[in-house]
Amino acid sequence: MKRREWVWGWALILPALTFIFLFTHFPAVMTVINSFWSTPRGRRPARFVGLENYERLINDPTFWKVLTNNLWYALGTIPLSIGLALLMAVFVNRPFRGRALARMSFFTPTVLPLIAVANIWLFFYTPGFGLIDQILGVFGVGATNLLGQGGTALPAIMAVAIWKEAGFFMIFYLAALQAIPPQLSEAARIEGAGRWTIFRRITFPLLMPTTLFVSINAVINAFRLVDHIFILTGGGPDNASSLLLFYIYETSFRYWDTSFGATLTVVLLGLLCLLAIGQFFLFDRKVHYK
Amino acid sequence: MSRYDRYLFSTGAGLLALIWVLPLLYAVWTAFHPSAYEANFTLSAPLTFENFAKAWNAAPFARYFFNTFVLVTVITGAQFVLCTLAAYGFARFRFPGRDILFGLVLLQLLVMPDVLIVENYRIIHALGLVDTLAAIALPYVASGFGVFLIRQTFMTVPAELDDAARIEGAGPLSILWRVYVPLAKPTYLAYGLVSISHHWNNFLWPLIVTNSTETRPVTVGLSVFATTDSGVEWSVINAATLMTSAPLLLAFLLFQRQFVQSFMRAGIK
Repeated sequence: MKRREWVWGWALILPALTFIFLFTHFPAVMTVINSFWSTPRGRRPARFVGLENYERLINDPTFWKVLTNNLWYALGTIPLSIGLALLMAVFVNRPFRGRALARMSFFTPTVLPLIAVANIWLFFYTPGFGLIDQILGVFGVGATNLLGQGGTALPAIMAVAIWKEAGFFMIFYLAALQAIPPQLSEAARIEGAGRWTIFRRITFPLLMPTTLFVSINAVINAFRLVDHIFILTGGGPDNASSLLLFYIYETSFRYWDTSFGATLTVVLLGLLCLLAIGQFFLFDRKVHYK
Repeated sequence: MSRYDRYLFSTGAGLLALIWVLPLLYAVWTAFHPSAYEANFTLSAPLTFENFAKAWNAAPFARYFFNTFVLVTVITGAQFVLCTLAAYGFARFRFPGRDILFGLVLLQLLVMPDVLIVENYRIIHALGLVDTLAAIALPYVASGFGVFLIRQTFMTVPAELDDAARIEGAGPLSILWRVYVPLAKPTYLAYGLVSISHHWNNFLWPLIVTNSTETRPVTVGLSVFATTDSGVEWSVINAATLMTSAPLLLAFLLFQRQFVQSFMRAGIK
């Protein structure tokens, strides 16, 4: 009887596990292995090179550039999109005229493909011609090439990501806000607490699990989504707006240096592991669970 | 809440909503007007569908749409079947290694195939599938997220229902089909919508494994169309952009409530 249950269990999970292992776990392990080998070229097969790829990685200024970019990108987009998401959720959580419209306007960018979003924003950013320059022109500022300058290219990309993501996170906050019993804030109000105090001392702590969930998603997305870079800047100028995954793509599929691509991927996997560990040990304790 | 507060509140909300919708409105404006009105907002500007016609004729969008449609259908269908079976196995069967295997499945929530492009390309290449629709779909046909979500729902099904069906002589698969699946309908709707929009929008992986018109989905097709320096007008590019997003956008407007609720449901852990 027990043996039969085992067989059923294994048989049921086998098909899904095969695919998950084949396209997630196996490639993850192979990434690490291949980072110790050279890229096969023509008739020359791959040979074991030890830490050579990692040596090259440490001495590669572009790698450090895209890594710093990616950290700034994460630091710039995550708190802002989460903050805006919370604000949006608080806004549309209470009835006012046009609430449905507002909610729709916040959420619509989420449904659009990132590649389409980038196309829309590209027109905004076009120097001299786009909407941003037209507005600046009213104030007498000449044509500015936001995407073409080292200092502004990355922030311009970040703005696009925030526009796309905030509405998505809003949904989770909205769900969480609706789950908070209204008696809590009523009781606090009777005690004489102001609205800001109620938010800070009651609502916000109760939203902590949502904030954790949304943050993890936001971090993963900051390293996973690079579609908009293809359209907006192509990583330029001089890698000023390139991110880690985009650099991995360029290395592996433009220059076909797959071993170095694998080495870069190891860094990305390492960062994601850090996230998992951080979530497990640090964050979990600060979160208020029921 | 005082009247002043309420006023401030709805003004703030309205303002933010306006800023948020502006880029999209702008794209809609340029797509539906002749290119002379790209940056000239006169209400009397003549409306036109010409930009859409031009875009449609300038690139094989019909083929792109067909590819995306096939991809999304196959991926979501396969995910439903594979994830349901696995979720059932994890939720209601006891077998050695179950918890470790489930942990490994959950790992996919963190490390998605999206970031493993180098090695996944190697696998697809070894399978001889480069530049096929199957290559785009394969890494996604089983999803850790799907297994997790459906298992959560299956765990809430009362064991008595299960037992009752078993006493009547039903086998595990028939119990799954007659008891569990019908009770999980809202989860399937939620997961289906999330999955469809995710795979409709996917770009990087299809870009890597396709290199011909016959296999490109709309996202890759759109980027090829928009980045070729053939002097295509902005209004046409914007029309193409809206066109590729239109089915999702329309679905979203029609099923707004379900969409929002399904994203909520999919996110609650």
